[in-house]
Amino acid sequence: MSSIGKSGETVQIADLAKDRMDTYRVPPIPFMRKARPYLILAPALLLTIGILIPFFISIYYSFTNYSFKYKDYSFVGLENWTLMLKDPSFWHSVWVTGQYAIFSTGAEMLLGIGVALLLNQETRLAKALRMVLIFPLMIAPVIATLIWQLMTNNSVGVIAHFLRSVGIDNFVWGADPKTAMFSVVLIDVWVYTPFVIVLVLAGLRSLPKAPFESAMVDGGSAWFTFKTLTLPMIKPLLVIALLFRTMISLQEFSIIFALTRGGPGDTLMSLSLTAYNEAFTYKELGTALPYMLILWIFVYIVSHYMIRYWSRAQKNASGS
Amino acid sequence: MGNTNPFSKLLKNAALLLYALFALFPLFWMILISFKHDREMFNTVFLFHPTLENYKVLFSSNEYIGYFLNNVYVSVGAVLVSIVVGVPAAYALARFDFKGKENLAFTFLSFRFAPELLVILPLFLIYQKIGLYDTYFGLIWVYQLISLPFIIWILRGYFEDISPEVEHAGRVDGYSWWRVFLKIIMPLIKPGLVAAALLSFIFVWNNFTFALLLAGQGVITTTVASLKYISSDTVHYGQMAAAVTISALPEVILALLIQKHLVRGLSMGAVKG
Repeated sequence: MSSIGKSGETVQIADLAKDRMDTYRVPPIPFMRKARPYLILAPALLLTIGILIPFFISIYYSFTNYSFKYKDYSFVGLENWTLMLKDPSFWHSVWVTGQYAIFSTGAEMLLGIGVALLLNQETRLAKALRMVLIFPLMIAPVIATLIWQLMTNNSVGVIAHFLRSVGIDNFVWGADPKTAMFSVVLIDVWVYTPFVIVLVLAGLRSLPKAPFESAMVDGGSAWFTFKTLTLPMIKPLLVIALLFRTMISLQEFSIIFALTRGGPGDTLMSLSLTAYNEAFTYKELGTALPYMLILWIFVYIVSHYMIRYWSRAQKNASGS
Repeated sequence: MGNTNPFSKLLKNAALLLYALFALFPLFWMILISFKHDREMFNTVFLFHPTLENYKVLFSSNEYIGYFLNNVYVSVGAVLVSIVVGVPAAYALARFDFKGKENLAFTFLSFRFAPELLVILPLFLIYQKIGLYDTYFGLIWVYQLISLPFIIWILRGYFEDISPEVEHAGRVDGYSWWRVFLKIIMPLIKPGLVAAALLSFIFVWNNFTFALLLAGQGVITTTVASLKYISSDTVHYGQMAAAVTISALPEVILALLIQKHLVRGLSMGAVKG
């Protein structure tokens, strides 16, 4: 669209020029000029097409009975898909994936906003903690799982030691179906809450001072100020944090895998864990792929809408 | 906000300390027991005779050093490749108006959200066919999914911050486009480039799933190796803690180096902190 507008302008100018001197001609836009952005982008595109091709291949294989056990495979149409949708364990894994995402993202958002508000004070403690509190985010989730496993280890763990000293000695974390979800969400919260803190804190620190001063003069309560001033102003940041946390927690694999491998039983068999099991334990690629494709479709749609919502929220926040 | 009630101040500090304890104590404890001898592991909690034994054992076997170096090779390799192809791409997305620009940019971003296993399952097959399974290059390539979106999206923002006038001025002075890019533009985005590179390095370094499933015995990284410690029964807890400490240390140092750019980086340039 814009290029049409531009060339139209050029023609107009050229017409004006033509009136003055007949010899002037509009030079055509050189091919190289038009192709330049694509040429510059080409290496990145080629590299990623290399990764996109497998994506399309995986759509194709989801309609076959491809297995790592046999050389031959045949086209089975929608069978993998219909079998998956009829399988109660699929709906269980959807439930587990949703629970994990909602619990961990919810806890991280609430905790992150709270801690960011506390860090946004000009006290010595807040200043000292601002930097060091992001450390857990830099630790690999699988390493974080290892750390928590060590801490809750019955023979050497400091948390196990502490729980015993207050009389709790039957808390088994990931090994009990009742506490397995709590355990993995706890590790997720430990690793990723700093992500929310960093973003929200940046938002809080960039807020203009004036509206808050006048709110204070007017005698608005802290909660009222937060609800009507702070929250709408940091909304774009909250949406970004929510977007990243939701998308990544929906596909979290390493924490669950490292702690319980989806167990005990099928307690923590999320979509990713189930796909892993189908492909690498049962060696059935064809049945594993629909699990991931359906997750990807969902993630793609949600992220698309959230990015749109975010750009609108950002316009609103900067406009008012 | 302007509440000066001493009681609420105390409460706020207490809440903050409580979170700090939750966030930092595991790291502190991990470092602590990495200096604890296996002899004292079971009968002491905080008070013990510190020893470097665990680190000595760890580094006396080539095994761990190998894992660590593998991590260094694939992470550095992945980030370098991303810089080479990502910097021009970010520049093109920032400077030029062309068809499908936003869709392209969104495609790069969506890699960050693509479920890891969706990528791994077909790649597992293809990698084995074309001989990339369990190779450095195979991992470096797939890590582009992590590092390239960072480089492109963060740097796009930095490029957009530079006024095109700066470039025009350089061109008017008779410099070629390349010289303008290298001598004027690159120095201006250098802080952003360093931050984006280090941040993507951290996330590649931390990756577990790709390394677990697309590499076998040849290229074991520290994250994958840590799983061995978890599942084995006769554990040397001290060595385990030392291994964790060493693999976590580079990232914490890098994070401290780029703290000013962290917000912008973590939000992939969406937030100009």
